[in-house]
Amino acid sequence: MTPFFVARGLPFGWAWGLSTVLEILLIAFPVMLAVAIVIYFDRKIWAAMALRKGPNVVGPFGILQSFADGLKVFLQETIIPAAANKALFLIAPIITFTVALLAWAVLPFAKGVMLADINVGLLYILAISSLGVYGIVIAGWASNSKYPFFSAMRASAQMISYEVSIGFILICVVLWAGSFNLGAIVEAQRGFGFGFINGFWCSPLLFPVWVMFLISSMAETQRAPFDLTEAESELVAGYQTEYSSMAFALYWLGEYANVLLMCALNATLFWGGYLPPVNWWPLYYIPGLVWLMVKILFGFFVFSWVKATVPRYRYDQLMRLGWKIFLPLSLLFVFLISGYLMLTGHFA
Amino acid sequence: MIQAIAFYLFASMMILSGVFTIFARNPVHSVLWLICAFFNAAGLMVLVGAEFIAMLLVIVYVGAVAVLFLFVVMMLDIDFAELRAGFIRNAPLGLVLAVVLFAELFVGILVRSAGDLHIGKAVTASATPAGLSNTAAIGALLYTRYLFEFEAAGMILLVAMIGAIVLTHRERGDTRGQNVSKQVARRPEDATVNVRPEVGKGVQL
Amino acid sequence: MTVAHIIKSFTLWEFIKAHWLTLKYFFKPKATINYPYEKSPISPRFRGEHVLRRYANGEERCIACKLCEAVCPAQAITIESEPRDDGSRRTTRYDIDMTKCIFCGFCQEACPVDAVVEGPNFEYATETREELLYDKAKLLANGDKWERAIAANLEADAPYR
Repeated sequence: MTPFFVARGLPFGWAWGLSTVLEILLIAFPVMLAVAIVIYFDRKIWAAMALRKGPNVVGPFGILQSFADGLKVFLQETIIPAAANKALFLIAPIITFTVALLAWAVLPFAKGVMLADINVGLLYILAISSLGVYGIVIAGWASNSKYPFFSAMRASAQMISYEVSIGFILICVVLWAGSFNLGAIVEAQRGFGFGFINGFWCSPLLFPVWVMFLISSMAETQRAPFDLTEAESELVAGYQTEYSSMAFALYWLGEYANVLLMCALNATLFWGGYLPPVNWWPLYYIPGLVWLMVKILFGFFVFSWVKATVPRYRYDQLMRLGWKIFLPLSLLFVFLISGYLMLTGHFA
Repeated sequence: MIQAIAFYLFASMMILSGVFTIFARNPVHSVLWLICAFFNAAGLMVLVGAEFIAMLLVIVYVGAVAVLFLFVVMMLDIDFAELRAGFIRNAPLGLVLAVVLFAELFVGILVRSAGDLHIGKAVTASATPAGLSNTAAIGALLYTRYLFEFEAAGMILLVAMIGAIVLTHRERGDTRGQNVSKQVARRPEDATVNVRPEVGKGVQL
Repeated sequence: MTVAHIIKSFTLWEFIKAHWLTLKYFFKPKATINYPYEKSPISPRFRGEHVLRRYANGEERCIACKLCEAVCPAQAITIESEPRDDGSRRTTRYDIDMTKCIFCGFCQEACPVDAVVEGPNFEYATETREELLYDKAKLLANGDKWERAIAANLEADAPYR
């Protein structure tokens, strides 16, 4: 967008600054809007699988429910517990929310369309997602209350455990794509499976990796079968127990923005990102952004589907799954995939 | 211009966070300021073009090491009065340490201004080869020229890990852990049997 | 642990089965009643909001026998009575504390003249607690409002009483 402003007579520095800010808003606002819609979808899908109707009163089919909830929360009073560490208590939800939006910077929305086209895009996403735990840990500690603290302990253990296996899974993808840049990873998936399927999932070596990624990303975002940090039967509402009004809403938004990000990552890394699912020329007339959005929404449907189906894991089961099953398996697949790529002369 | 502003921003923020790390009363605040310092260090790394190192700094230090710090520090039950009690007693030692460190720093700067140090063969830091991202350049160096050092570092970490596990792991002997795969493998036909007992005979279990 | 077990656990067979089941339910017709717009039928014996009924000529039924007050396990009913000008015994005060009431229906069982009845109305949520402290005027007004439904219900249920 910088050349556009330069052409309008702005000096380069100003044009660069203005266009960067505009581009950030251009990503952040749709993401926020998508989060609101997606919360509605989540409730609707979950309800349908439980033979319920879900929200259906506010707006046509209840589609404005999230906005009504947002308004309600906005009008509530922010309650800060007397024993809380005030500054950190208020900073924590902001961290969660900001971090959830930060990672979208390196995601390619179409060929070459991304905010920051950096070489180490995937590492950047890993780095950002590793920051997500701070919002929860700080909230747990700053609330100065038992249940948030337990929840913070669980969250930090859980996120560190699953980041390890996610790291190895991403290495598998990076090995095959030969780049950390997300745009290059998407391009590497063009016609990957049997010459006509766009997407890394379509390979006997990468399919199990994809399944592991899906499950790990649910654990990483603390979604349903792994939502131990807000297990209501044990921890009230976990780290959010002491939060109310906007601070609570920020957690709410941040959580769903993280889920959306994981869906987007899944779409980008395994389902061919902005490419159509099949490498067939008429499909390329539909813009890449549409394909990406369809894939993200389908990924989100899978997340909600799992949430509606699988009961919550116990804490020791979660740790067992992370350290004793996913870590060795993902290491094995790093070994297998690099071995296969060496044998077939992929690196030559 | 923008780079200069960014540099001074990151640098001053980093020094400030470092100072707060030391002066914060609450250890949790200390750790959080430390994280802030790490973060700004990563920003500086990006500015000099070492984006791979910057990301690793964030992933490893902020994402893992500092979380563990925080984990430990959060669990501390801190008595501020007790903390301050030792201040006067330890002040002379602290002062001496501070003077020694400052003197070393001072001497170091003075000596540096006298000229470069020449011991053995000089290793010149070469710029990243053209057409190669610095991730690839680091990888190429790490797995060829510094392979032995890299593997040795890995071995040291492995030894430390095994040591920690050996020190903390203990067999209680009196607990019965859950064997998940055994539970999953159990089928109805392993556990139940259908019998048709005669009247008044009962069942032999 | 047979080969089939191993294959089943590594292909996450049980998970796939479970997800197939929930997917089928996703498309099934929903069991929910769309409440404010649809309501489920209620029994003629339904015990909802209390009313004080009148005879067809407008005379209030309650004779201040205080049986309901006596039988009320939650002690939600308070009655005071005096002879009226025409010499008949009537209540001067008939209060029901709806926040105490447990909707057991003993009051309507006890009433010899079918004066106090728990009607079919259950949508009387209020914004303040005071509004739930019903007095005689409110109860009589309820009676006038729900008389037709209550009379129909009593008639429907009469053969079983």
